[in-house]
Amino acid sequence: MRRAQLIALLALGTVATFLLSLMAGKVWIAPWGLAAGTPEALVMAELRLPRALLGLVIGAMLGASGAVLQGYLRNPLADAGVLGVSANAAFGAVLALFLGLSATPLLVAAFGMGGAVAAMALLALLAGRSASATGFVLAGVVLSSLAAALTALLISLAPNPFALEEIVTWLMGALTDRGWPQLWVVTPFAALGLGLLMLTGRALDALALGEAAARSLGVDLRATRWLVIAGTGLGVGAAVSVTGVVGFVGLIVPHLLRPFAGERPSALILPSALGGAILLLLADSLVRLSPGAGELKLGIAMALLGAPFFLWLLWRKRELIP
Amino acid sequence: MTLEISGLSLSRGGRPVLRDVSAAFAPGSVSVILGPNGAGKSTLLDAMAGLRAADAGTVRLNGVALADMPHRERARRIGYLPQGGEVHWNLRVHELVALGRLPHRGAFAGESGADRAAIARAMAAADVAALADRPVLALSGGERARVLLARVLAGEPELLLADEPLANLDPRHAVDALRLFRRAADAGAAVVLVLHDLQAAARAADQLLLLADGHCLAQGDPAEVLTPALLAEAYGLEMLVRQDAEAGLIVAPKVV
Repeated sequence: MRRAQLIALLALGTVATFLLSLMAGKVWIAPWGLAAGTPEALVMAELRLPRALLGLVIGAMLGASGAVLQGYLRNPLADAGVLGVSANAAFGAVLALFLGLSATPLLVAAFGMGGAVAAMALLALLAGRSASATGFVLAGVVLSSLAAALTALLISLAPNPFALEEIVTWLMGALTDRGWPQLWVVTPFAALGLGLLMLTGRALDALALGEAAARSLGVDLRATRWLVIAGTGLGVGAAVSVTGVVGFVGLIVPHLLRPFAGERPSALILPSALGGAILLLLADSLVRLSPGAGELKLGIAMALLGAPFFLWLLWRKRELIP
Repeated sequence: MTLEISGLSLSRGGRPVLRDVSAAFAPGSVSVILGPNGAGKSTLLDAMAGLRAADAGTVRLNGVALADMPHRERARRIGYLPQGGEVHWNLRVHELVALGRLPHRGAFAGESGADRAAIARAMAAADVAALADRPVLALSGGERARVLLARVLAGEPELLLADEPLANLDPRHAVDALRLFRRAADAGAAVVLVLHDLQAAARAADQLLLLADGHCLAQGDPAEVLTPALLAEAYGLEMLVRQDAEAGLIVAPKVV
């Protein structure tokens, strides 16, 4: 399949899943022909539309960050979730909630980005020491566990049951009850993060030949490292601070697209952004349709889907991993 | 494009690896760096590629210190083929060869006609044109080595550095590769190879550099450097050196 065709197809899929996300729910609402002032129009304008837009922005960010992290670390198992970047962003955001800053989404996002940047910087330092694929995944496990422990510590110290419930519900990862204010916070940072990640394409291609060859091809590894840290940190940090941890999007999407887009890392970034948006919008529409009074949390649904996929990847690639 | 090294010293992790090495590499010539394991050959090549900073001494390309040269310009002038044949993604052969043109492309530009022509020339020269659409990780070791060679040729560098480019090649493809380096030199490039195969070095080189323990033991044409005395000093092994009418200089360890 030609690249232009693939991107057109993915763009079409993004529009389709976006429409689905507007329509799907306990009540199906067609997004056209709504009379102003009706409850349906209100639900559409204040709930469905911002939620679908959030799904679009965050899915694109998570998908692109997965493609870039895999290219940068030359490791098909890399992903913001697997490597603990999301968990550290979550810890940052929980710290903000713990400190009673939940009324200011911008501050929660700033704390989330701080956690993500710190985790990315640690991983990039390890990357500079050319650790093996296994080393990275292990480092990610350590970073995740540390973040989980610190988060649990904050939960156990929560000042009152309301703060506790707020933190726990948020941690499960969802787009539920997020609206325009969250969208305005996350979009600029996600756009900036995506932009920075897009700049890394050529360096990622050269890194396919190893660091020495990449440097000989004129790649500035230090600049590339900072682009990856800043792009992932800002984008994933902001996304997690709004939705909680929604894992595995960045892991699954590049894998599904490689057979069609080819393995060149730069050729995967834009398709993975579109693919991430499709996956998240689709998953979020499906959790809204889940039976029962409440709804399945998006983060839990993605983990239930993503963890077996990760295991399957490990199984299939076991002879490739040193 | 003349590369001049003067008084180069370099240490790694506090251990001196190169000590006061000086040499010049002229356009149109093939030079080979020889020496036992750990003599500092790869480190010297890295320094010549501008990838490793020196403790003392300079590396100059046509009089300009490599350390002062912008990355992009250095990358356009110097082609560097590291040892080991590292490839991380299952790229198609033509995609991998095209990576050699990265320093020639504008910031957000695609491949130009000149890029495509250079890629096609390099693939034909390295005898990999027939593999263009094959995934790299499915190739044999020798095929992959030739594809990586095509990658560095595609950049059409003025200084071509290759670290053990003959590893993994069968005798025919090794001879072909040496011819390829000769052709690059005839086209005006300065070619510098690190080799372990003394026989290949004798055959390919206009100039030999024999390194031992970080310093330059001998420098000159093959007949001057490949002598039993110098080889014994460098490798700690008794060597037989014979002039043969058909094979040229024959160098082999003595059977004890």
